[in-house]
Amino acid sequence: MSEGPRFSNDPLREPGWLRWLLILTAAAAIGLLVLLPLVMVLGAAFGKGFHAWWQALLTPDARSALALTLFTAAIVIPVNAVFGVLAAWVLTRFSFRGKRVLLALIDLPFAVSPVVAGLCLVLLFGSAGWFHAWLQAHEIKVLFARPGIVLATLFVTFPFVVRELVPLMQQQGADEELAARSLGASAWTMFLRVTLPKIKWGLLYGVLLCAARAMGEFGAVSVVSGHIRGMTNTLPLHIEILYNEFDATAAFAAASLLAGLSLLTLVLKVWLEARHGDALAQSHRRH
Amino acid sequence: MAVSSIASTNPDRRMTMTALTQSAARVRGRNPLPGFGLSLGLGMTWLGVVVLLPLAALAVRAAGMGAHAWLRAINDARVQAALKLSFSTAFCAAVVASLVGVLITWVIVRYRFPGRRLLDALVDLPFALPTAVAGIALTAIYAPTGWVGKLLAAYGIKIAYATPGIVLALVFIGLPFAVRTLQPVLEALGREPEEAAASLGANRVTTFRRVIVPELLPAWLTGFSLAFARGLGEYGSVIFIAGNLPYKTEIAPLLITIRLEEYDYNGAVAIAALLLVASFVSLLVINLLPLLFQRGGSHE
Repeated sequence: MSEGPRFSNDPLREPGWLRWLLILTAAAAIGLLVLLPLVMVLGAAFGKGFHAWWQALLTPDARSALALTLFTAAIVIPVNAVFGVLAAWVLTRFSFRGKRVLLALIDLPFAVSPVVAGLCLVLLFGSAGWFHAWLQAHEIKVLFARPGIVLATLFVTFPFVVRELVPLMQQQGADEELAARSLGASAWTMFLRVTLPKIKWGLLYGVLLCAARAMGEFGAVSVVSGHIRGMTNTLPLHIEILYNEFDATAAFAAASLLAGLSLLTLVLKVWLEARHGDALAQSHRRH
Repeated sequence: MAVSSIASTNPDRRMTMTALTQSAARVRGRNPLPGFGLSLGLGMTWLGVVVLLPLAALAVRAAGMGAHAWLRAINDARVQAALKLSFSTAFCAAVVASLVGVLITWVIVRYRFPGRRLLDALVDLPFALPTAVAGIALTAIYAPTGWVGKLLAAYGIKIAYATPGIVLALVFIGLPFAVRTLQPVLEALGREPEEAAASLGANRVTTFRRVIVPELLPAWLTGFSLAFARGLGEYGSVIFIAGNLPYKTEIAPLLITIRLEEYDYNGAVAIAALLLVASFVSLLVINLLPLLFQRGGSHE
């Protein structure tokens, strides 16, 4: 936090009135666009009192939606963490043909509309899909069932962990791992005692972003879920149904859970950047 | 620990260090780090199953549709209206988000004021807030009966259930991309170029226009393209606020889901393929931009 000298007639500074005008405009923009929706969600959720909020969350549909959202996150987050570390390891510690292509492919899901991601899964597993006959023969249901929801969520959350770890591990270099190996550490020991401690905060950062997206994903999951109440509705889909039925209080009650989660994500993110900024990829280091 | 024990037990210390360096160099040659095959194999499999296989299904289907089916899908007036709406709203929203983004970034990086860190943190909220939650909240605020919509309705301005509502939702989604790409560049810019400009007699406006804007331009364009690509495919936050009237306020991703519900797979695939190509092109432009600026600039 370098605070430059404050001279009243500094030719490098905007005049005071302009500075405050810009600050207030920026604050108004963030207020109207970002803060107000958050206040709105909490206000509408608790507008009819704590009891109505609690009752809306206790309905069987709401509980099963929450359970499915947590179930999906419980699969998606560890899978992304493990494969994210593996992919980042191979991309930062070895040079091989096609590495640049691989790096570009990892970003692919960010460029794909969630709805298109869902459509792709329908084309694979739907009634006209590549695997339809095989799945039917083995009585496996992917679409309009949990596997489809998990796959859709895996698709949209794919880049988060890798994208955080690759720049971080590139900055850190392999010297310490090489030293550990030359001193006779086994692969597992090297990973647990050298690599993991170095990347743990970056990994947590990636996992955090992945978790937020996994629990909030709407478009991709909406296409593959089939919206079967109590069966394949995640929390965001449950919100949509309630909202379309004009049950605003219940919709906002469910939304307040997700809004609370996203606030928690933000707080943890700010904490990680402030407290462990040096252990994150360069782009997140602030001040 | 092992190094020091070798060094202390060996009488000729220099000799040991040379041997160690040599062995390190030899080892470095064939990369002693473990797990190449395992991590490459598992990583590729994971990428293939989760991302590439589904996209391949779309590509194969789009390629195998035949010219006739493509023409029929594209010549549909409803499809054309939806694509036009999606492209124009994503473009407008990217323009607004990247301009507001400059203002917010400038204020966060250059000024010190109470609440600055809160402002900085709130910029990320659209990343973290589920799109459906953002959608119903923005709709509730900007609908004709909402907190802000009521005030605007008095002047005959309609936001929710009309095109401005779509743009508003997409600005919300795109804003963090604009700010977070500009922020590191502005932070790294430093005051020296401005000091030089001021010492040569430039006033603040000239300095901003001739010194700061050219430096920010590449990052600004990157933020713009990211916001545009994201806005083009956005679904969750838009469908609540858009009103979803065919030919009027129906975005392309929504039309994909409608075609799917009608079991019109060709129709859905055609729209999806066009959206996909458009966002690939805009992301390709991002990756090519640095080349463009390097050629003209004096970097390195």
